[in-house]
Amino acid sequence: MDSELEVEDQAPRDLPAEVKPAGPAAQTIVIQPTSGWAALRLGELWDSRDLLFFMVWRDLKGRYRQTALGPVWFILQPLMSMVLYSLIFGWIAKLPSDNQPYTVFTYVALLPWDFFSDAVNSGTNSLLGSMSLISKVYFPRLIIPLSQVISSLVDFAISFVILLIMMIYYRIQPTWGVLLIPFYLLLAAMAGMGIGLWFSGIIVRFRDFGQVVGFLVRLLMYAAPVVYSMSIVPAEWRTLYSLNPVTAVVEGFRWALLGNGLAPDWKLAVTAAVVVVVFVSGLLNFKRVERDIVDIA
Amino acid sequence: MNDTVIRVDQLSKRYRIGRREAEADTFREALGGVLRSPFQYLITMSRPPSESETLWSLRDISFEVQRGEVLGIIGRNGSGKSTLLKILSRITEPTSGRAVITGRVGSLLEVGTGFHPELTGRENIYLNGAILGMKRREINRKLDEIVEFAEINKMIDTPVKRYSSGMYVRLGFSVAAHLEPDILIVDEVLAVGDTAFQRRSLGRMNKLATSGRTVLFVSHSMPTIQALCQKVVLLDGGRIAAAGDTNQIVDEYLQSTQTPDLLACIDLSSHPNRITAPEQAMFKRLRLLDQTGTARSIFQMGEPITFEVELDTGGRVLRDPLIALVIDRRTQRICNLTTVYMHNQPFTVEGRMTVRCVWNQDWLAPGEYDLSQLAIKTHIGAERIDQIQPLGQFIISERDVYGTGEQKHNSGLLIPNGRWSFEPVAQLQEQAP
Repeated sequence: MDSELEVEDQAPRDLPAEVKPAGPAAQTIVIQPTSGWAALRLGELWDSRDLLFFMVWRDLKGRYRQTALGPVWFILQPLMSMVLYSLIFGWIAKLPSDNQPYTVFTYVALLPWDFFSDAVNSGTNSLLGSMSLISKVYFPRLIIPLSQVISSLVDFAISFVILLIMMIYYRIQPTWGVLLIPFYLLLAAMAGMGIGLWFSGIIVRFRDFGQVVGFLVRLLMYAAPVVYSMSIVPAEWRTLYSLNPVTAVVEGFRWALLGNGLAPDWKLAVTAAVVVVVFVSGLLNFKRVERDIVDIA
Repeated sequence: MNDTVIRVDQLSKRYRIGRREAEADTFREALGGVLRSPFQYLITMSRPPSESETLWSLRDISFEVQRGEVLGIIGRNGSGKSTLLKILSRITEPTSGRAVITGRVGSLLEVGTGFHPELTGRENIYLNGAILGMKRREINRKLDEIVEFAEINKMIDTPVKRYSSGMYVRLGFSVAAHLEPDILIVDEVLAVGDTAFQRRSLGRMNKLATSGRTVLFVSHSMPTIQALCQKVVLLDGGRIAAAGDTNQIVDEYLQSTQTPDLLACIDLSSHPNRITAPEQAMFKRLRLLDQTGTARSIFQMGEPITFEVELDTGGRVLRDPLIALVIDRRTQRICNLTTVYMHNQPFTVEGRMTVRCVWNQDWLAPGEYDLSQLAIKTHIGAERIDQIQPLGQFIISERDVYGTGEQKHNSGLLIPNGRWSFEPVAQLQEQAP
């Protein structure tokens, strides 16, 4: 697998204003057609970390400018879904919540779920949504989904503070498992991005694929114990059910924060391995499709 | 030391284009088409394109650029200029061939790429700078200079959506103009802002070009190309049509591009550029004739041109009307050929007539000339009856007027029809006061 652009030698990052003759230290770019899988070139990504920072910042800052409630929306969105789901599933449908207050029970699950579905969506739309940028300037394209996942992480952090307030109100003590929260988050990010990156190439080619993704994401939510307890799932299906990465993450959150979810076991290791495969293959596929994506869009 | 910084070798780029669908002859075929059509796009996309569906936007392009060179890339729309820049900027991949670039590349294909309307000017400078490949430190350092150049000091903390379009493009250009890569790739972005700003932009580009940077520059503005570039590549239909010295190739290009709207014989009865009411139209046809009576659009220097206008007054009788033909070269008025000053005898225009004006165009410098107006009025100062503007161009081609075998002419509007003589002064005679 040869990549179209091999950065053979790294140039000093900040070139002085006057151009020096390119000695052996100058970087040479080879532009040629590639076939098959391209290299990830993570070094290039690292070099563009300033751009990553500004993209996250643009996303966060641009989103709530000239809105009446501004950053309150960061909090309001998960709170509103919590109230809605509590009303429909907890109060009307009376789904079991393992003897926890239903509000906290769903809210704990909604946080990682929202984060995961944001990651799927931002991965899926990363190429299509930034076409005006992609078609005009070169930069590592992975910056786009990465920056969006990072800004979802900021949303998550704010919602998490609300969760802590709710837990204090209900006098719920988190377990030591809370230390595993970053791991679960990483799992959610990798699973969501991996899936999204696989979709990103398809949606540029076929716009209507967006409808399919929307449906799939909704389906995934009901296929995981976000709004109900795992106890209503028939016992013989539970092993398969808990291999779902969303189940693993959601139950992991409940276990860590409320003390009654699914403790980490061998199934989590299997899930994690699958997620890593999905994520890495998603990255490679993304690299494969992004190189001539502007010709298709 | 080999100082080639860009080496392009046999670069080609193929695009898939839409194919016209075959017309259905029978109902059965039409029905079949409808049944297939829901998935037509899917079917088309999932097989390799056939020859009729492809377009070679670039075909076997090879050239080299040396360090510090400013290379202009010119050509008509669709000749492959933008595709070439896109490949060299790594926005898309070539289909075959390769290019090797040594040094940090900055490309500027659009002004204000990635500007977020809700963010302020200052915020967008950081964002746009980062997108174009600048580091945060670099932007910090140049911030004041960028703001200064864009002349938006007061608005710097206002969201860019409140900017006028002029301010917006000035800011965009200003950020990009402060990029300092080894190789700068620029697509037609100098034509932004007002004249004063364009002049400063050009100055900035000139400064970059003379500071040893290599610049690839695409533009439709030949004066800009001539001002900035030492060498030029002319693309035509995805291939290199010519490459080399700027002035020579720009001339060649101008000659070739003017062909489509050249005048020789045009129908005036329903001309799109008529500015008077169509119901009072009188002009029917215009021809440019040489001395043998052949319609032509290219005339040699000094060769008389006959403008022949056919008209129909539609029953009106016009005594001594004003008929005028205006000749311009770009924005410069060359002359106004009118019946008022040029024809002193009384005359009448009535019914269907052919009107001719012979112009001796004494040694007008070679180039393209615009026939920018044709008008008829009852008399000077009256309401115009029929007026069309502009009509098109004709060309005055070079001629070895001095018999030196050379066709080098100076830049004036006229090639002087005159001569020099040199005589020794035989005797110095003192004249008495």
